[in-house]
Amino acid sequence: MSAVTSSPARAVLPPAVLGTLKVLGIMAAIGAAIALLVQTGLMPKGSVGHKVLAAPFIDMWELPDLLVQTLWEGLVAGVLYALIALGFVLIFKASGVFNFAQGIMVVFSALTLVGSYEIMTQRMGLPTGVVVAILALVVAVATMFVLAWLVERIVLRPLVNQNEIIMLMATVGLTYFLIGFGEYVFGGNPKVMITAELGLPTGSTQFNILGGRVNIQHLDVAAAVIASVMIAGLAFFFQYTRIGRALRAVADSHKAALSVGISLNQIWVIVWFTAGIVALVTGIMWGARSDVSFALEIIALKALPVLILGGFTSVPGAIVGGLIIGIGEKMGEGYWGPLLGGGIETWLAYVIALGFLLFRPQGLFGEKIIERI
Amino acid sequence: MSATATAAVSQPAVDTVLSVNNIEVIYDHVILVLKGVSLTVPRGGIVAILGANGAGKTTTLKAISNLLKAERGEVTKGSIEFEGERVDTMSPNELVRRGCIQVMEGRHCFAHLTIEENLLTGAFTRRDGNAAIKRDLEKIYTLFPRLRQRRQSVAGYTSGGEQQMCAVGRAMMSNPRMILLDEPSMGLAPQVVEEIFEIVKRLNAEEGVSFLVAEQNTNMALKYATYGYIMETGRIVMDGEAKSLRENEDVKEFYLGVSEGAKKSFREVKSYKRRKRWLA
Repeated sequence: MSAVTSSPARAVLPPAVLGTLKVLGIMAAIGAAIALLVQTGLMPKGSVGHKVLAAPFIDMWELPDLLVQTLWEGLVAGVLYALIALGFVLIFKASGVFNFAQGIMVVFSALTLVGSYEIMTQRMGLPTGVVVAILALVVAVATMFVLAWLVERIVLRPLVNQNEIIMLMATVGLTYFLIGFGEYVFGGNPKVMITAELGLPTGSTQFNILGGRVNIQHLDVAAAVIASVMIAGLAFFFQYTRIGRALRAVADSHKAALSVGISLNQIWVIVWFTAGIVALVTGIMWGARSDVSFALEIIALKALPVLILGGFTSVPGAIVGGLIIGIGEKMGEGYWGPLLGGGIETWLAYVIALGFLLFRPQGLFGEKIIERI
Repeated sequence: MSATATAAVSQPAVDTVLSVNNIEVIYDHVILVLKGVSLTVPRGGIVAILGANGAGKTTTLKAISNLLKAERGEVTKGSIEFEGERVDTMSPNELVRRGCIQVMEGRHCFAHLTIEENLLTGAFTRRDGNAAIKRDLEKIYTLFPRLRQRRQSVAGYTSGGEQQMCAVGRAMMSNPRMILLDEPSMGLAPQVVEEIFEIVKRLNAEEGVSFLVAEQNTNMALKYATYGYIMETGRIVMDGEAKSLRENEDVKEFYLGVSEGAKKSFREVKSYKRRKRWLA
């Protein structure tokens, strides 16, 4: 009791806010120290210290339009990382399986969409346009459902109660199956996402702000909005619906869920289907920014640092982790990349994750372990 | 078995809600745990299964509720009938839908869900609409005022007694006709145990729910049950009306820890004696 009364701030502020304030305080102190070093001439312009610690921030200050542009790009990338990570978290929570195949599900779903559109318009002679694109979307959604159902039947059900590593290996197997199957059906060539046909906006708008130009792709805006709506929808679904509650119950304890009459098999199909839908949306967005090909899988691996950052079991963690990795990557590339000759975007995320593993292995929002003694 | 027979004779119209006929359970294809267990639960009865650790009480309950499969156990012989229907191959979720639900040993509340959410998950299998579920939730809160107070608390942070109430309430939310209650007294203070058993009695009387309770706390169980079975190493060694069991010398000596007459020396309390008598 004495500890609480002696520091009234702790009683008023939740620990998360307190922690944030602490971090901000430390950052301000470091900033002041750097400014002092520069001002006193201890860290002259052109020295390594100046290049790493001072110059990037001076750049940010002097060219705010570039900063806004970088932040925006980071935000969009981050939202998409968050979506991929969300797919992992859903499955991990409900079935305790680390789904290695989530990345390939992104590619596979997008490929199904584009591939079925191609087949319908080119081989079956249907007219190109929105109607057929929607039809292809329905086909892709149905495929993800069939996939979820098959995974439950063929992989999860026979392997129930097996070791985690066995489940992981099963999903690795699923990955290679999906790659092979996708290439067999739709061919191995990169495809172009049917962005316009799906009614997604193209083109870009330039804003003149802060004494410069900021270029914003309409598609990125759409991606951010759709992702946000989807995340909000999932959060609502989890919190307030009967099935959502059952999903959380299963995540909490398989046995207890079984005992109250929740059918695990049904829940697993629902969860894998949900993860499939998330994968499809991610696939459409990523596919629209580049091509749809199995190379996209590399991007899916970015979900790993996001998960380490946010915690494997936390939906908000996946979102915040995604944003931190996305923005951190773009900022790192833009401001510190040139010091190392560029290209740090590909590995910076993993370094950030490594830092987290050292200091907070359960992630930012890792599930609190409730233990009663 | 003779006691069952006499009960049936004196009250021929007694309606059996659950009957387990000579079941054998094997774990992992090799470990024989139940060696021919038979028992019946009359409608509206509270039946206790008593016995020490490892006697097979939990396995019997899990065989009935079909939670065995998740632990690689299997009923290899015999049959289980719930309300006259074979249920041994039914999934737990079908069985809950039919009105038979288990409250597992150690409570197993969903630690990260609130008490109210826990109760609502119990209604997962119901199809009779939100209004009915809400009404039943209200009923549970009337039965367990403590749960109403803590409805928004995360279950993991509530006390053991509250969690046990939550587990029983959650089972009640499925609108069952039969509850398999596994070791409700585990890790609870004697007063709380009494409170839980009082609630069992009330549910039995007011809602007409039949109970099959596995307990180590023989004293408490026989106080509330109408009929009892005593298990030892996978077999039922004795059964009878709760009253007659309470007065049985062997039960007193081995399970209630009281014995008539002079203090017996350790040498005289020979376990083979009762084995001989019970297994003969």
